[in-house]
Amino acid sequence: MKFEALKPILACALLSSFLVACSSTPSSSSSSSNGTDSGSSTLSTNNGVSTGSVGGAGISGSDIDADGSIETVFYFDFDKATLKPESLVALRIHAQRLIANPASVRLEGHADERGTREYNMALGERRGSSVKEFLVLQGVDGSLLEVISYGEERPASLDSADSSWALNRRVEIK
Amino acid sequence: MYPKHSLRSRGRLRAEREFTSVNDRLSTFLTPHESKRALVKRFRRILCLVFFLPLSALAELSIEITSGVDNPTNIAISPIMMKGASLTEDISAIVSADLDRSGLFAAMSRANMLSNPRTMSEVYYRDWRIVGMQYLVVGSVLRQGDGRLSATFSLVEVTGERVLFTHVVKGRDSELRDIAHYISDKVFYTITGIKGAFSTRLAYVTAINEGGRQVFRLMVSDADGARERLMLKSKEPIMSPAWSPDGKELAYVSFETGRPAIFRQRLDNAKREQLTNFKGLNGAPAWSPDGKSMALVLSKDGNPEIYLYSFATKAFTRLTRHFSIDTEPNWMRDGKSLIFTSDRGGSPQIYKLNIISRKIERLTFNGSYNARPRLAADNRTLVMVHRSQGIFHIASQDLVTGDLRILTQTRLDESPTVAPNGAMLMYATKRGNKGVLAAVSIDAGSRFLLPARRGDVREPAWSPF
Repeated sequence: MKFEALKPILACALLSSFLVACSSTPSSSSSSSNGTDSGSSTLSTNNGVSTGSVGGAGISGSDIDADGSIETVFYFDFDKATLKPESLVALRIHAQRLIANPASVRLEGHADERGTREYNMALGERRGSSVKEFLVLQGVDGSLLEVISYGEERPASLDSADSSWALNRRVEIK
Repeated sequence: MYPKHSLRSRGRLRAEREFTSVNDRLSTFLTPHESKRALVKRFRRILCLVFFLPLSALAELSIEITSGVDNPTNIAISPIMMKGASLTEDISAIVSADLDRSGLFAAMSRANMLSNPRTMSEVYYRDWRIVGMQYLVVGSVLRQGDGRLSATFSLVEVTGERVLFTHVVKGRDSELRDIAHYISDKVFYTITGIKGAFSTRLAYVTAINEGGRQVFRLMVSDADGARERLMLKSKEPIMSPAWSPDGKELAYVSFETGRPAIFRQRLDNAKREQLTNFKGLNGAPAWSPDGKSMALVLSKDGNPEIYLYSFATKAFTRLTRHFSIDTEPNWMRDGKSLIFTSDRGGSPQIYKLNIISRKIERLTFNGSYNARPRLAADNRTLVMVHRSQGIFHIASQDLVTGDLRILTQTRLDESPTVAPNGAMLMYATKRGNKGVLAAVSIDAGSRFLLPARRGDVREPAWSPF
């Protein structure tokens, strides 16, 4: 039933969270900090991965193809921190991955350039906190999730236009 | 008393000893014994300096005055130079630019001057009256026995044909710009009654794309943008520079640890200290007027709240308690209250917090976005970011009458900072997609731009006196 349908997703989830963990920790300690062989078995059975080993050598995020990748950037409306409905599917998958394979994750909140910088710092944090709350509600251990706001200091797009601003009001899962 | 000059004295290039009560060595400048040829020669040398110096000055300052008041005071700054030697800075050009930038003055172009007097004995009032000058500054520089420079300068009222003051300022060769700003301050105060802020400094942040990555720098410059100095360079964002009340230190937010943290750093020896390392926000530092504590924003207890940090006890005292965003604290002059931004009413507005009673009072009611308050030295004029019809401007609000006034005409204006004399405010705005600094007088009458040399310039903070 439902669990069966989720199986391939879970497989991806295990792999991806492994990769996420690798990318956020030094390579020398990635295998030990991850501490599990489940990643290895996933690697060997998933077509989306070209190479990889438990030791972590040669693994990089780009080795995973479109089928296995999942959205890591979530967008918001102006001066708002409420999650958009279209973000929820991907966020649930992130939650499942983190439950299956706990790893420390940074939730980086951002704002567009309109409004003041320190207020936007607070707004970016509020957006990151919305994502954190959602993941915790799904069952993720909150102590794994750190919200860090960059306010308007790290825009994804530099133009002063609506299209850029929409890309800049975001939370990135890293 | 200074003897009045008559037109008959033209051609009699004699130094008047009584002119320099402070320093009569100036009288050696031109003596009756000098031959006419020597005078012509000297005049040629002066012309050379006149020709070259303004160009270099322009290249460095690149200030663009976008509008001034309707009836600025006409003033001429006669070249202030050293006999027989060239100076590395053009003092008169710096003074002229300072006064021009205030918007209250229109400084005469040197090319239009009919004469270039260096001492009062060389002043012919008619030369200045016929071109409509109200004031004239004359002066000259000498090298003292100890190697330092001594600049003697006089402010002359042309219509009344009188000297308002004669003053001497001394300094090293490296301090010529300080000498020039000192002259500007003295002239500005004598004529307007407002303390000049030309000798103050600016702190600001630049963000420059280097190899596909933004590099952030905390810079300090003179108030006119010259003598830029690097305080901190980082590949991670730098934010919210704030001056200590004695002007000797800066506090700021740096992400160099991977998270925002508040630092304080001395200007003279770059010694610095990390003040906060909490989870979540560590931002918006604001030194108290007595320098003993700092208001700042932390979200360690769940959401952004304003705290008071004591330098003596290193204790953090929480001042606000609300589930909304509370941020951007700024001090009232008495050090007993803070003004800050909060969206507790549904949209960002300015509130006032009494630190003792913790009583909170809303100050702004006009518009749906008022944030980042700064208070002018009069403790009454509030400046802030105000959204009007979707556009972010800088506005002022009189805290007594409640009158709101939009001061800027550009868009995406932010980070207002008021000069310590309250006459001008500087802010960050956009020109194209580039962040630049601009200034406007508090009455909105005059404005100028400080164009960025490279990359984005943002978050100006005007130093205290």
